[in-house]
Amino acid sequence: MTNYFELLRFAAPEVVVVVTALVVLALGLAKERTSGICSAVAAAGLLFASAAVLMLPPQATLFHGMLVITHLTSLFQIICLALAFFTVILARGDGSSRHHGEYLALLLLATIGLMLLVGSEELLMIFIGLELTGLSLYVMAGFDKSDVRSAEAGLKYFLFGSTASAFTLFGLSLIYGMCGTTGLAAIGARLVVIPMQPLLFLGIVMTVIGFAFKIAAAPFHLWAPDAYQGAPVPSAAFIASGSKVASFVVLGKIVLVGFAPAQGSAAWHAMIAGWAPVLAVLAALSILLGNFVALAQSNVRRLLAYSAVAHAGYTLLGLIAGGREGFTATLFYTTIYAFTLVGAFGVVALVRRDTGGDDLVHFSGLRSRSPLLAGCMAIFMLSLAGLPPLAGFFGKFYLFSAAMRAGNDHGLLWLVALALFGSLISFYYYLIVLKVIFLDGESDSSAPRLAMKLDFLQKISMAVLAGMVLVLGLLPASLVARISASLP
Amino acid sequence: MIAWTIYITFAGALLLLFLPRALARWLALLTVLAGFAVGLSEFFNATNFATFKTVVRLPWVPMLGMEYHLAADGISLTMVLVTGLTAVSAVLFSWDVEERPNEFFFWLLLVVGGSYGVFLSADLFLLFVFYELVIVPKYFLIAIWGSTNKEYGAMKLSLYSFFGGALAFLGIVAVYVTAGTAKNAAAALDLQQLAQFSFPLPFQAWAFPVLFLGFAVLAGIWPLHTWAPTGHVAAPTAGSMLLAGIVMKLGAYGALRVAMNLLPEGFHMWSKWIAVLGVIGIVYAAAVALRQRDLKFVIGYSSVSHMGFVLLGLATANALGVGGAILQMFSHGVIAALLFAVAGRMIYRRTHTRDLDTLSTMGLGHALPFATFCFVVASAASMGIPGFSGFAAEIIILIGAWKAYPVAVWITGAGMVLVAAFTIRALKKTFFSDAASTVPAHDAGVPFETARISLAEKCGAGLLIFATLAVGLYPKLLLDRILPAVEAMRFLK
Repeated sequence: MTNYFELLRFAAPEVVVVVTALVVLALGLAKERTSGICSAVAAAGLLFASAAVLMLPPQATLFHGMLVITHLTSLFQIICLALAFFTVILARGDGSSRHHGEYLALLLLATIGLMLLVGSEELLMIFIGLELTGLSLYVMAGFDKSDVRSAEAGLKYFLFGSTASAFTLFGLSLIYGMCGTTGLAAIGARLVVIPMQPLLFLGIVMTVIGFAFKIAAAPFHLWAPDAYQGAPVPSAAFIASGSKVASFVVLGKIVLVGFAPAQGSAAWHAMIAGWAPVLAVLAALSILLGNFVALAQSNVRRLLAYSAVAHAGYTLLGLIAGGREGFTATLFYTTIYAFTLVGAFGVVALVRRDTGGDDLVHFSGLRSRSPLLAGCMAIFMLSLAGLPPLAGFFGKFYLFSAAMRAGNDHGLLWLVALALFGSLISFYYYLIVLKVIFLDGESDSSAPRLAMKLDFLQKISMAVLAGMVLVLGLLPASLVARISASLP
Repeated sequence: MIAWTIYITFAGALLLLFLPRALARWLALLTVLAGFAVGLSEFFNATNFATFKTVVRLPWVPMLGMEYHLAADGISLTMVLVTGLTAVSAVLFSWDVEERPNEFFFWLLLVVGGSYGVFLSADLFLLFVFYELVIVPKYFLIAIWGSTNKEYGAMKLSLYSFFGGALAFLGIVAVYVTAGTAKNAAAALDLQQLAQFSFPLPFQAWAFPVLFLGFAVLAGIWPLHTWAPTGHVAAPTAGSMLLAGIVMKLGAYGALRVAMNLLPEGFHMWSKWIAVLGVIGIVYAAAVALRQRDLKFVIGYSSVSHMGFVLLGLATANALGVGGAILQMFSHGVIAALLFAVAGRMIYRRTHTRDLDTLSTMGLGHALPFATFCFVVASAASMGIPGFSGFAAEIIILIGAWKAYPVAVWITGAGMVLVAAFTIRALKKTFFSDAASTVPAHDAGVPFETARISLAEKCGAGLLIFATLAVGLYPKLLLDRILPAVEAMRFLK
């Protein structure tokens, strides 16, 4: 029923990215000093791939769900491509690596992994996507050979990541053994029939643990602070954004489609065994641990890492709530979070290039050095804190109302209250970042700082990201409606 | 038409970011004057005060039932009026801001615009958006342009605000989820429709205190009031004026419009405790004010004390008490703004001290006659001397409270003596001290420049004095608009 031509047609976006990756790799090897051309080619390739996604048929299923095309997959493939695009811009002219072509090729390979993750409803393919993404990202994290922290980041990420992969694979194999199929929908149908048993739960929990690692939920977050802080900034940005979005999409699909009958309940007085209470515990731990530890950080990237742990906790709320509304809320939140974080890492990268570091002190007086960057950072931080009229506020409202609505009699109230408590704590440390930017370094006029030199592309990309966060906060209706409509 | 108060203010704020600094204060003044004018004309021209009349209604996020829905009744119009009044005088009293003026007025206008938004929102989500919008501008206003311990004060105030916001958030989400299913979500955020919805009693019993307390943090409810004195003292003059004049009213307004109006049975269950907290606030804050050495701390605690009257008035659950509470919100807004203007701009900017003992050696009564005059007027109004708005408001609240909690009136009566005591103490120490005659000002060792009171200061003070006198002599002007709206609320007993 399917020939290779048809496969090529349906997998056109992935093909475009693969070709681009190879071209970029070849360009990078061919000559020294080609980083500008490499970036341009990579960016163009990503744009072409997005166009290819738009031209796909609206609905298709290949090889029993190994490759699926729906509105949902198209939407999130475009989001992943956009995140990769911003990462390419971020990586442009990054002085840390001499092998820019290789770096971009790895980035593109990771992007293919994300696209496969998003676009598959079959366990085997999902695992391949996970591994492709993971292996590319491990190398990207350790890419800066001149920096020992980068090597540490790469190694830690790799060790934790490979262990988590083993968990996932083991879990998936158990589930395959119980259900006799690897298609998500088929697993869902089987689970209704076969009785719940310890082995099955073991498989489910192990799978969930693997993904908890990917989304950096506590207590599987230990790699995140070092990876975020030590890796080259663009790598960290991509790990924090693209990888996270795709992981949430897949995790959502797996638990809500595949494991739907084993949801259980996380309601306060009516806990029922299943994956929901497991996720609820992960969420609660992440929110508390992430926020409290972030309070003590003096490095902005490390602070963002711990806050990422907390945000993973908030985002899980939607999945715990379940249903179309919960999943929509999770997807919306993780999307806006990813764009906010790419923006924040962009500001960090530029500050790092200017001052040579990314501790809080390096941000002091940023307002007078670059009002634009200061303004953008304010928007990103306040959106993360969940203040209106920014996207983070709407995202939180949506998530929390979805969680509140799930279950009878406000069963998830405890989680929502915990999440709000977490946001209160987070408000403090985000405000500290803004305090450093807007207040510190003003009084000592003895050392006048030079204005930062930013080129047009850097300015416009930061402004675009900040604008997105603002516009998605003011007018979230279209994205919410699109995500909701794309869910089955 | 009244919606333009919001648009004008935000447009002015955005424009400020792109204008040269020389024009900043003029544009700010123009913006707040325009907003004030719109509010004033609507206040006098509107005919329907009893119902929450829709002004604008547009779908916003249809899937979740959010609407851009503005409406106004007598209460909103009164609050919009006091917002405009305070905003105009706050800009006039910050005429001397030289450091980063564009940013200063940008944040100031955001506070004002957000407050207009809160008072006019008829959609629960929209109201909360505007409510939270005000937090961050306050932080920057205080932390950058403030004085004593400014970063601490700013952070404390912001965290308290955010804490209150988080509680209110929880309550709002709970109300939203309980009132509507995913399908008819629109009705679950519309304040008018929600006010008709009967929530189950057990739900009201826990949701009301969460919502009420969340909003009341910003109204300075005891024991969560400590942000107010610290914040007021740390803030620049205009900041204190906005905090006392507008921001504390946001809390009280939210408590009334959202918590009490939507969950009447829950309110009745808890109203006694609100009254208790209100009375404690009145007496406690007045007693603390009596012992302060910093003039601004005295005024800061007096604010908490006066807001205690608002809470007591709300807790009475009868039309007179609640109407009086709203009148008190207007009155306190004007009086506190005037007090802070005198203390922060007229005195502190010239003497660089607010320590009462130091001030008492300076003979300010002779040096700054206009400031003395303003402070005497404001103190009289604050003490509740008949003829000023404070008297009208407090007597109405006490009459209302007499019906509901006679004991509270007795205690409050005693508390009012304390209010008079600390006010007279501050007045005497600052302006009419005997010590001044023995130690001449220039020997006091404090740099003290008797720069003349500028025209901007005179205009701002004149405006506020006129407002407190007008309302004090003719409270019917406001009550005619407030009482119909209050009587339309369903929590009245």
